[in-house]
Amino acid sequence: MKDVRDALMLGRTSDGKLAVRPLSPHLQVYRWPVSMALSIGHRISGVGVAVGTLLFTWWLVAAAASDSAFATVQAFLGSGFGVFLLLCWSAALVFHFFQGIRHLAWDAGWGFENRIYRTTGWAVVAATVVLTLIVWIIGFVVW
Amino acid sequence: MAASGKTVRVDILRSQLGRVRGLGAARAGSGTWWAERLTSIALVPLTLWFIASAVSLEGTTRAGMIAWLHAPLPLVLMLCLIVATFRHMDLGLRVVVEDYVHHEAARMSLLLLIRGICVVAALLCIISALRLGL
Repeated sequence: MKDVRDALMLGRTSDGKLAVRPLSPHLQVYRWPVSMALSIGHRISGVGVAVGTLLFTWWLVAAAASDSAFATVQAFLGSGFGVFLLLCWSAALVFHFFQGIRHLAWDAGWGFENRIYRTTGWAVVAATVVLTLIVWIIGFVVW
Repeated sequence: MAASGKTVRVDILRSQLGRVRGLGAARAGSGTWWAERLTSIALVPLTLWFIASAVSLEGTTRAGMIAWLHAPLPLVLMLCLIVATFRHMDLGLRVVVEDYVHHEAARMSLLLLIRGICVVAALLCIISALRLGL
């Protein structure tokens, strides 16, 4: 046993011998319904938003530090790579935002019926695309 | 087993505590779960506010940042955003590491690293926001 949790995987055969319980088939054998992709996407986007938050920290600290430090950040964020990072960050943030609201609805006990479940899943995808596009279109107009 | 009168010999010695340790709730287990929900509820309006602010601040200068955070409401919202974001980030990353990193030393190091980065970055943000706004 490598991990304490392995203790839960022990069972007994009918003649009383200890046996390691079989595991259910893993991810690769299943079809990918939208909910499954959104579920792991929520985690991946969460990690992505966390990385972007360090960018946010740099931005705020530079603004407090000096004119030249802030100019450096703004120049980086305005560069091709900076815009690419901001695009990824904003999309991940918006996705995590909508999927998070879906999670809060589940926590309140709403939305577990199969039909609603699938509808809200696709709604998250659509809302993410729409809001991200709106933000960037407004951003380009302002700029 | 009891009906047949036979006792089964079990060759591993594990206390009840040993079996449950590290599996979650030992009185305080729901605290972090609840904190993650509370911060996520707070982050719903705060995130929308931040996205709107970030778009309007596009290409701003340092003077623009100072002017923005100098008003009481944006400064307070910014501080709320910072606290809720880093708390939520710490809790969320912690769950990811606990689920996928099985090597004990690596897991512990990563959890400590995440906590450290979140605390330091949150303090950096708070102090910076206060310096700009006050």
